[in-house]
Amino acid sequence: MAELFQFELVSPERQLLSEQVVEVIVPGTEGEFGVLKNHSPFMSTIKPGLLKVRAQDGGALTEYFVRGGFADVAPGGLTVLAEQAIPVADLDRDELAQQIKNAEEDLKDAKDDDSRLKASDLLSQLNDVQNAIIPA
Amino acid sequence: MPSLKDLRNRIASVKATQKITKAMQMVAAAKLRRAQEAAEAARPYAERMGEVLANLAVAFDGRDDAPKLMSGTGSDQVHLLVVATAERGLCGGFNSNIAKLARDHARSLLADGKTVKIICVGKKGYDVIKREFGSHVVKVIELRNVKRLAFSDAHTIGEELLSMYGAGEFDVCTLFYSRFQSVIAQIPTAQQLIPADLPVAEEASEAASASAVYEYEPGEAEILEDLLPRNISVQVFRALLENAASEQGARMSAMDNATRNAGDMIDKLTIKYNRQRQAQITTELIEIISGAEAL
Repeated sequence: MAELFQFELVSPERQLLSEQVVEVIVPGTEGEFGVLKNHSPFMSTIKPGLLKVRAQDGGALTEYFVRGGFADVAPGGLTVLAEQAIPVADLDRDELAQQIKNAEEDLKDAKDDDSRLKASDLLSQLNDVQNAIIPA
Repeated sequence: MPSLKDLRNRIASVKATQKITKAMQMVAAAKLRRAQEAAEAARPYAERMGEVLANLAVAFDGRDDAPKLMSGTGSDQVHLLVVATAERGLCGGFNSNIAKLARDHARSLLADGKTVKIICVGKKGYDVIKREFGSHVVKVIELRNVKRLAFSDAHTIGEELLSMYGAGEFDVCTLFYSRFQSVIAQIPTAQQLIPADLPVAEEASEAASASAVYEYEPGEAEILEDLLPRNISVQVFRALLENAASEQGARMSAMDNATRNAGDMIDKLTIKYNRQRQAQITTELIEIISGAEAL
């Protein structure tokens, strides 16, 4: 029996989730990482992607689309602050497509290497998300 | 002396006004509840953000390589005032209180020889500000068509501020809004956005010991640089939500007063009407009696 820990998913508009969970997989900027109970204190920014929550031992993963923000692993639990956080079931495919289009335009408009790099990163991350949820 | 018919008309018109103010009060009460819920829902995010930033800021306090959003540009010559007010009137002193605070602030800055730029969020504040500082207003943002305030609205304003700051158009940015304390108390507040005003001093030592064991990915500096711009939008968002709740609260109490005043007025007019009616009856009676006596 895996131990439970407190997990909070907060967007600026509301608190989406505040409950005891077994495992959370967070899309960190430098790679995905999983959090279990008693994870060492750790802080990371997040990239657009899917955040997966396992509420019960051996239970199914609930997925959320998150974008922009950071994850804070404290001794008390994990808090993810995301500028945008939507349960995948409620995610609007059209909106995602729109975001991808915006990112494509940003890439086209980018003037220097730095912003071009940023835009292409964002675009590929968003495409990953789209590929991940389309079969679902 | 108004005639009986005039009085009747007045009573009818005040009654109609009372119905309107009563309805507005109830609408404001319903909207207030929603606005309050939204403001409360946004609180955890803003609070956590503040804690994390305070933690990170300790490490950079007083260092030369601290991000510009935190340390400032090194001068305080050009001040940008962001005045957030409502889009609609009829809410008591709400708009004028915020505008007054911003005006006093702008006056004292100008007296010190600083340059003042103003961004108005909301039409009502602009109406007041433009009278004295029309030439200082660089931008007016209207949120008239926004039914439910979303984070993206605040984000747009935040981005605007950041790009202006990046272009070196101002040194210090102060946000004016009304903090919601209760239905009857809204406090006009000035909050410094840029350079970020972080509560470094108080819990510094305590926070430092807590953050000492933290691991950061990517580095501390990158996270701080990522968070500070986000923090601007979050602060703007929170201010707008507080403002929305304050506006409805102010409107509710203003309309409550108006309804009560209309009630008092109706009572007074009714008494006047009855008196006059009685006087008229008495006059008519006297006329009849004296006519009968004359026969």
